Amino acid sequence: MSTTHLLELKGVHTHIGAYHILHGVDLAVPKGQLTMLLGRNGAGKTTTLRTIMGLWQASQGQITFAGKDITALHTPQIAGLNIAYVPENMGIFADLTVKENLLLAARKASHAGQMDPARLEWIFKLFPAVEKFWNHPAGKLSGGQKQMVAVARAIVEPRDLLIVDEPSKGLAPAIINNMIEAFDQLKKSGVSILLVEQNIHFAKRLGDTVAVMDNGRVVHAGRMADLAADEALQQSLLGLSL
Amino acid sequence: MIARDLDWKPLALVPLLALLVLPLIGSPSTWLTLTVAGLAMGMIIFIIASGLTLVFGLMDVLNFGHGVFIALGAFVATSVLGAMGDWTGSHELWRNLVAVLPAMVVAMLVAGAVGLAFERFIVRPVYGQHLKQILITMGGMIIGEELIKVIWGPQQIPLPLPEGMRGALLVGDAAIEKYRLVAVAVGLLVFGLLAWTLSRTKVGLLIRAGVQDREMVEALGYRIRRLFVGVFVAGSALAGLGGVMWGLYQQNVVPQMGAQVNVLIFIVIIIGGLGSTGGALIGALLVGLMANYTGFLVPKVALFSNIALMVAVLLWRPQGVYPVANR
Repeated sequence: MSTTHLLELKGVHTHIGAYHILHGVDLAVPKGQLTMLLGRNGAGKTTTLRTIMGLWQASQGQITFAGKDITALHTPQIAGLNIAYVPENMGIFADLTVKENLLLAARKASHAGQMDPARLEWIFKLFPAVEKFWNHPAGKLSGGQKQMVAVARAIVEPRDLLIVDEPSKGLAPAIINNMIEAFDQLKKSGVSILLVEQNIHFAKRLGDTVAVMDNGRVVHAGRMADLAADEALQQSLLGLSL
Repeated sequence: MIARDLDWKPLALVPLLALLVLPLIGSPSTWLTLTVAGLAMGMIIFIIASGLTLVFGLMDVLNFGHGVFIALGAFVATSVLGAMGDWTGSHELWRNLVAVLPAMVVAMLVAGAVGLAFERFIVRPVYGQHLKQILITMGGMIIGEELIKVIWGPQQIPLPLPEGMRGALLVGDAAIEKYRLVAVAVGLLVFGLLAWTLSRTKVGLLIRAGVQDREMVEALGYRIRRLFVGVFVAGSALAGLGGVMWGLYQQNVVPQMGAQVNVLIFIVIIIGGLGSTGGALIGALLVGLMANYTGFLVPKVALFSNIALMVAVLLWRPQGVYPVANR
């Protein structure tokens, strides 16, 4: 494994029931960078993230994280390696308060008072809605506020890798801009991020490296800036222009 | 959670039902006696049902064998209390409580231990397969009943109330049986402990979160199956405790008592919303009250009344009074 790659997938196949979804995915997430995973609907992006997290088992291939083979590990073991995951549906516990949602992710804390106050302050600055609705049931929040809670929960303790599935999905443009600023801050904190996106503006603003998927494979990998500068390539890979 | 977020409508159902039947019963003293009897019965059913609703909520497991823990608890109590005749025969309440308390503790320990084995060998192989769960857990209950017959015999065994818990207190013209007050007190204690655990501890938080989205709990780094085993064992132990309470309520025990109570428990957890302990409490109180009121007013429809109650609640809220989010 390359020492600069925190996460690496080699020839990963995933079957869901009778369906063969991933057909040999090769993907590398460099340490300390934000990697965008792009592709049309049904290309296999979400399946790739779920396979990394062990929510669906890879039927073939290898996944390594920080040099350790995690292909056969169970989800809690993978999460225990300091990997945080925000699913497409955000995975918010609607009946719990915002505080309780964050407390659950703070594995070292048994009650709210044990959460790192400095880190909470930092999170409140990134996502003011989290502080504002601290004692409210998360299910009562708007879509954008829920997304902020979901990302805040993922970073409530320092993580080595943050995996986020379509954070801009269904959000108003103003909220998307807030989210972009928040991820920009997260990048500066040094955490490695793997981000699935359909919003091209989002991808262009944040991505350091990019992988494009189609039909269950990575069909292009490289620097985001290079893809952004090559309209013909964008057209052929994504059917649109950045 | 802040007060304005509380859904109060289901909470109003219990007093509403009680007040609606008052003019039908006529006599306030009879109404009070029936109401306390209904609340006591409801509290015992809640103790039994609380674990089952969490077991379903956490792992989507339909455990039709829950009744065996009820019967087991009750039979263990006959042995423990039978060996403490001097204490149960005393007219002093504290001596009675000293006898009943170890009976409850031993019943919970035995039911919990059997629950651990039940989960490991009967439930675990059929995770995610509802039809198989129904068949194999019912089979487990039948085997459990037969084992009870082997140990204690097939006949009905009396489980008399300790002397100090017999009789009634007079409140005006209403006679309130002492044991029913004990049952309400124990039920409130269990509910209080359960509510505290679920709302104030990390384990409770994990259980509530797991009921809503177990996959996300795993993605946060927690092993949901370990949590489930713990809840299954605790639920079995609570059913054992409920069995002691139910046996003393009926003052006799039979090996089939678990299967008899099973129907009521499932009505309760469906009314409450699968996975909701607060809903289970309201469902249990409604079922207890309805059984007592209809038993007095129209005995012939007593059995049907709780099913009618369930249908009425589901017409109002198809997923129960407190549907669990994300399910």
